[in-house]
Amino acid sequence: MNYIFAFLILFSLICAVYTGKLDTVMTSALASAGRAVELAIALIGVMAFWLGIVNIAKKSGLTNVFSKIIKKPLLLLFPDLKNNNEALSNITLNISANALGLMNAATPFGIKAMESMQRKNPEKEKATNSMCTFLAINTAGFQLVPAMVIAILASNNMENPQIIIIPTLIVTSIAFLSAIFFVKILEGFFK
Amino acid sequence: MIKILNNLSVFILPFMIAFILIFALFKKAPVYENFIDGAKEGFSIATRIIPYLVAIMVCTAMFRESGAIDIIEKILSPVLNYFKVPSETTLIMLTRSLSGSATLGVLGDIINQSGVNSYAVKLAAVITGSSETTFYVASVYFGSIGIKKFRHALLAGILADVVGIVAAVWVCSIFFL
Repeated sequence: MNYIFAFLILFSLICAVYTGKLDTVMTSALASAGRAVELAIALIGVMAFWLGIVNIAKKSGLTNVFSKIIKKPLLLLFPDLKNNNEALSNITLNISANALGLMNAATPFGIKAMESMQRKNPEKEKATNSMCTFLAINTAGFQLVPAMVIAILASNNMENPQIIIIPTLIVTSIAFLSAIFFVKILEGFFK
Repeated sequence: MIKILNNLSVFILPFMIAFILIFALFKKAPVYENFIDGAKEGFSIATRIIPYLVAIMVCTAMFRESGAIDIIEKILSPVLNYFKVPSETTLIMLTRSLSGSATLGVLGDIINQSGVNSYAVKLAAVITGSSETTFYVASVYFGSIGIKKFRHALLAGILADVVGIVAAVWVCSIFFL
């Protein structure tokens, strides 16, 4: 992350000198810093609502029931979560909510999963293998139906926007599997 | 088919909420108190991710505005032309992992420029729909628990994005060309 962060900024500054856009780059940098805060504030309400619902499910024992069902297959992906049922069930709920295109509901489950993994993490500032696997799966963005994109195409009067469903499903599955592949291959090289 | 799926996604959230509530009532758990306890964390999580969001949004904005993307676009376009990739879609391949709002903006531009039924729009739509904004997801999830050392997570995410784009080009050429 240190290298990516420094690279993005330094490369942008060099390009900006080359293209003569230094002032626009600085203005937009500061403007987007402001937007980042606005975005976080805008998240509070939705996040609070879903965290409330998630907590009801957790306290009633529903998440535990859920985790017992899917524990075995998930342990293949997350072997170090053997004794962390809470994380496993939140991971499942996150992946299912994402698959159904419920981003708002998926995020709190994902954060809860991260929190329960963090509780057993000996080094609090460094990601564990399971955290990295879980993150990579999420960045691949597996989704059964790309509802938002279809809505955009439909609102622009595309004749049959649903033709993108099958190709998108194939591509997102390939990306999903390759995320798992890469994260497992790389995990030995980044201690 | 699409009707069923759309209806499903309309009903699934209310169903989920109802199911969670009924299960909790059945188990005699205090639903209101548990809701409040959980919702309390919304504020602290949102404030915890602010530094992560600032870092990522500032550097992606700089990258976008500096013309860096245009330069990479120029270098890549001969290669992409060879694979019959419309040049309008190069930009969306570069913004997809960096910024969600920028990606939707670019998708809108492609629709306006090339017409909504063009091949470029179909390819861009598949790229947009099949992936997530890798950098944003990483900031929110790792930010919420204070992880600073991401190890291989981001690299794996980016490599998967590259594979996804190659797959999108390939699958779209089979389906739509």
